[in-house]
Amino acid sequence: MTSLTLALPQPLNRQDAGSMPRLGGKASSTTADSDAALVGRLRAGDESAFAELIESYGATMLRVAQMYVKDRASAEEVVQETWLAVLNGIDRFEGRSSLKTWLFRILTNRAKTKGERDGRTVPFSSLAAKGGEGDEPSVDPDRFLGPDSSTPGAWAAPPRAWPEDKILERETLGVIQMAIEDLPDAQREVIRLRDVEGWTPMEVTDALEITDGNQRVLLHRARSKVRAALETYLDPDVVGGGA
Amino acid sequence: MSLFTREMACQELVELVTAYFDGGLSRADRRRFRAHIGGCDHCTAYVEQMRLVIEGAGRLTEDDIDPAAREELINAFRGWKEGRAAG
Repeated sequence: MTSLTLALPQPLNRQDAGSMPRLGGKASSTTADSDAALVGRLRAGDESAFAELIESYGATMLRVAQMYVKDRASAEEVVQETWLAVLNGIDRFEGRSSLKTWLFRILTNRAKTKGERDGRTVPFSSLAAKGGEGDEPSVDPDRFLGPDSSTPGAWAAPPRAWPEDKILERETLGVIQMAIEDLPDAQREVIRLRDVEGWTPMEVTDALEITDGNQRVLLHRARSKVRAALETYLDPDVVGGGA
Repeated sequence: MSLFTREMACQELVELVTAYFDGGLSRADRRRFRAHIGGCDHCTAYVEQMRLVIEGAGRLTEDDIDPAAREELINAFRGWKEGRAAG
C-alpha cells in the first residue's frame, strides 16, 4: 500500500536513564539488548517483531497523538505515518536512544505539526501548563492545624495506614482507574505513562517534550488526587473529619 | 535556627512526596524530609499511601491496540517489506 518517504528527526544523542530509581510500575519492556534484537528482526522484515512493537506501544501512541490533534482520525493518521517513518528509518537507527524514545519523538513531532496545521493550537506544553500551574494543595488545607496553633501545618485530621492487600482488590483498583480517568488531560497522561505503564521520568519528558519540573508537578497532582479518591473510598470518616 | 535546618511541617511534606520518590529533592530537603517521617507516624502513613497509589496504578492493565488499527498497520508493514525487497 502506501510507500511514503518521510523525513526523520535525528535519534536522540543520549542514553535513556535506565538506571534511574523507580518505584512500582512495570519493568520497562525494552532494554538495549531486546531493542537491538527487535531492530535486527525488523530490518530482516520479520512481521512478528513489528506486531510485538505495535502491541506494546500502539494504544499509547494513539492516546498521546490525540492530545495534539483535533480528532481520533487525525491521531490514527499520525500513528500510521509514525510507523512508516520508523520502518523507513530503521536502517539508520543506531541505538543511541531506546527504540521507544525514538518512536515517541517521531510521534510527538508529527502530532504537533499536524495539530498546528489543522489549527488546533493546543500543544501539550500548554495543556501541561494548564494542569501544572496555580495553587493546588495536595491535601485539603482544613486537615492541618492553622497558623494560630502551636504546631502550624501539623495534621489535624491525619491519614490512616491502609492494609496493603486491600489496595490490590479489584474494587479498589476500579476506584484508582476511575480517579485517573477523571484527571485533567495532561495529569492523566503523565500518571498513565509513569505509574500504569512504568516509564522513567526521562522517557516521559522526552516523549511529551515537557520539562522535568513540569512532569513532576503533573505527576504529583495526579497521584495526590488519586490518593484522595482512595481515601474517600477506604476511610470516608477521616476525610470528613477535618472539614 | 537557620532556614536549612528548619523543621518540615506535615503540610509542606505532602507537597514533596513525588520529588522525594524521584530523587528530585536537594540534599537539605531530603534530610529534612527523612527527619520528619522518622518522627511522624501520620506522615509515614501518608507516604505509604502514596506508595500504594503507585503500586495500585501499576496493577491496572494497559490499553490494547484496536484490532482494526492493528490490521491496517500489519498491512502497511507488508507493503513496506515488499517495497524494500523490490527496491
